[in-house]
Order: sequence, then structure tokens, then C-alpha cells
Amino acid sequence: MTASPPPFPPSPPPPPPPVKRHHWIVRLTHWLTFVLLVGMIMSGLQIYAAYARFGERGGPYYAPNPFQDHAFSRTIRLGGWLAGGLNWHFTLMWPFVIGGLLYLCYLVASGEWRSLLFRPRDLKGAIAMQKYYLRLRREHPPQGKHNPLQKLAYSFIILLGVLSVLTGFAIYKPTQFSWLTALFGGFQAARYWHFWAVWIFTAFLIVHVILVFVVDPASLRAMITGWYRGRFPSHD
Amino acid sequence: MIDRRGFLALGIASGLSSVVAACGWDGGDGVRPLLLDVSRLNDWVGEKILFSSRRLAPQYDIAERSARLPSYFVSPEMPMLQNPAAWRLQVGGLVRQQLSLSIPDLQALPRTTYTVKHHCVEGWSAIATWHGVAVSVVAERAGLLPQAKYVRFDSFDSGYSNGWDLASAMHPQTILAYGMNDSILTPSHGAPLRLYSPTKLGYKMTKYLVSMTFTAERPGGYWEDLGYPWFGGV
Repeated sequence: MTASPPPFPPSPPPPPPPVKRHHWIVRLTHWLTFVLLVGMIMSGLQIYAAYARFGERGGPYYAPNPFQDHAFSRTIRLGGWLAGGLNWHFTLMWPFVIGGLLYLCYLVASGEWRSLLFRPRDLKGAIAMQKYYLRLRREHPPQGKHNPLQKLAYSFIILLGVLSVLTGFAIYKPTQFSWLTALFGGFQAARYWHFWAVWIFTAFLIVHVILVFVVDPASLRAMITGWYRGRFPSHD
Repeated sequence: MIDRRGFLALGIASGLSSVVAACGWDGGDGVRPLLLDVSRLNDWVGEKILFSSRRLAPQYDIAERSARLPSYFVSPEMPMLQNPAAWRLQVGGLVRQQLSLSIPDLQALPRTTYTVKHHCVEGWSAIATWHGVAVSVVAERAGLLPQAKYVRFDSFDSGYSNGWDLASAMHPQTILAYGMNDSILTPSHGAPLRLYSPTKLGYKMTKYLVSMTFTAERPGGYWEDLGYPWFGGV
């Protein structure tokens, strides 16, 4: 006979106490932004259907655009026709912008921006985190509320949100905001960046949801109830 | 468990929105009126807050003109005058002096020429030069009554018309154009006279003009009545 099994199985570690993770403003604006963003994108694709390319009439078109002259399926368009798409887009923009501003005000007022904003000093931590994900490092690096890669992703997506609103203004009122439109390289360039924001948002959304389920499913509950009881406690 | 429930709820929500969208939903009888109400709010914001009667649209060099500027009309065939010599622009409504102006009459008034970018609601844009007389110059000749708050532009293109707020109509770059790109306006672009302004989307610029009427009540318009934004400012 070989070694007999140990008399007792090792006792499991005690479950970590739940910690309050997200303020109600964060949870509300998170889900609000998700639903509104889906609506903005779907009505935006309806608007895109009216002129599915970028560039002055008769001039060269902006590239790359894998969707040049592409007709998106009616299933993912909102509004039915151009005017319907416009009216949805110009209605949803209000709660979208107001929700975004509310969230940004909360970040500033609560000081929570400190644990979210990616700064140059986070670079080292981001590399350590990337090594952990690539299994080049065994130990999960210590982190605050968010690890440096999360900071990078969330800072970037907030910036993308701001840019999509600004390019939106540049397209909406290219004469009244001609300085802003010029800043983005003109009306057609602003349309182009506004459209690219859609695909970056979509890619972010897919990766974001995959990571939640693969790495930290408890974070989904935290974004709903506010309480986190997962395996990545803050080291703050 | 709650994670799974949350996931399920998410799936249902996105499933619902797909079903909703599958019908190319314009909001239906329940939501569409709300969307149109918000559109009126956006008209108000566009007119009262974002629009400035002094801010001028950027101008371009004639070398930057687009090779092509598409044009539309709503009639089955291109609207053409049977007797161009008999054509007159009727200026009426809330004015002291009604006017009936021929193209030479309009050409005798101070001329405005600019090269600007045209913005279509569909998303395309094109640069062209326009020649005409400012609406404000004609309005001054007619003498506006204080009750005048809007302008209605009518055409001979199967009843195509547009309603404008007075401030946009009086903008120095809002003109009655009889020329384009150094030539007389062609029938495809609204000959003999069309409205032009770089402060508005293309569908607000009435082609094939027959009359300009100052009103106290907000006039509708061809596309506006079908659901497009009424203000249509850019």
C-alpha cells in the first residue's frame, strides 16, 4: 500500500467578508449607459444606412472602412428609416450624456477617480498584471480596487465616451461648432471617428463581458447589488 | 446563482431589444410621439441656444469645390417652368409692402457670394459656390411687421415647402440663390431661384421657389411633417 489519505481534508479558507464595491450612482449609470449605448449604436447604424461611407462628394473616401456601402441588417437598426433613426438617436443622446456627466461628477466628488484613472506610474503594475494573465507570473499582483490593466481599460473607455459625444456634436452642428468640427479634421472625418467609436465600444463590450465571466463572475453581482464577495479583495 | 440570474436578465433584455429592432421600430404609437416631442425640444435648443445670428459658416477656396453635388426633387420629373419670363417671387404675409420680384429684380439687389460646405441629413457633404441676395435684404424692402416670427417658402415642386424660424432666415448667409459655381442656377439645383444657407441641412433649402411668406404661426414643411427635425440647423 502507498500513503494513506490524510485523516482530514484541508479545511477550506473562510469566505472573504463581502465588501461594498459600487455606489448606487455607479451601478445606475453603468446599466443605463449599457442600454442607451446599445440604442445609440442601433439608431446610429440606421443613420449610417443613408450614406454608408466617409468623404466629401466626389473626393476620396476615408479608409479603412470595412463597412463601406455595407447595408446592416434591419434587425440591428433602430428607427425604421432615416428620420426614425435620427429621432431615436437625438432622444437617447440626452440621458446618455446626462448619465455620463452624472458618473463623471460622482468620480470627481467621491475621489474615486484616483482608483480608476490610469497614470504613468501604473505602467509597471500593468506589465506585472499582463505577465500574470500570460501565465509568466504565478502570483496575482497586489492591487487596489482595480488592477492597472482595468484602470487602463476603464480610463480609455471613459475617454472614448467623451470623444464619441464630442464627435457627435461636431457632426450635429458643424457650422455652430465649426471649431470643434475642424479639430476632428472636418465634418467627414468627425463622422468617421464617430463611427469607429462604435466598433471600439463593441470590442470593449465583448472583452469586458468575457473577462467578467472568465476571471471574476462575482463582479457582476457587485455591479448589481453593490456588494463584492469574490476572490480579488482590494489591497488598499 | 444571482450571477446566472443576472446573465439571464441581460440575455432577455438584449433579446427583447433585438425583437423590437427587428421590426425597424420607429417607436410605434406609444413611443413615437415622445420622440417627436424630444425633437421639438432639440429644435428649441438648436434655435435658442446653439444658433447664433452672427456666427458665420466657414468659407472655402473655389479650388476646394466638389466635383459633384447631388440634387433632389420630390416631383416624378424635374420641375421646369413653362414660361420662365413670367416667373416672379411673391413676397407676402406679415409685411408692409407685398413684392413681386423677377430674377433681374433680385439680381439688381446687393449680391452675396460665398463658397461653403453643404451638409445633407443623409451624411454626405459637398462644397460649392452660391450667388444670390440675402433674405434679410428682401425682407427689409418688404418691411417686416413685428408679428412676423416665421417664414414659409413654397415651390413649384409638387407642393414641397419649408418653414423657417425668422432668425435663421435673417442670418447674413441665408440667401435667395440664382447662381451656383459662377453660372446661372440649373433646373436640377432649383432654377430659377432656391433658398440657400450653410446654417441648415439641405432639406431645409427650398428649391424652385415661388413665394416667401412671413407668418406668426410656425409653418410645417414637406420632410418636417413626415418626422424630420423641423429646425434642421447645422
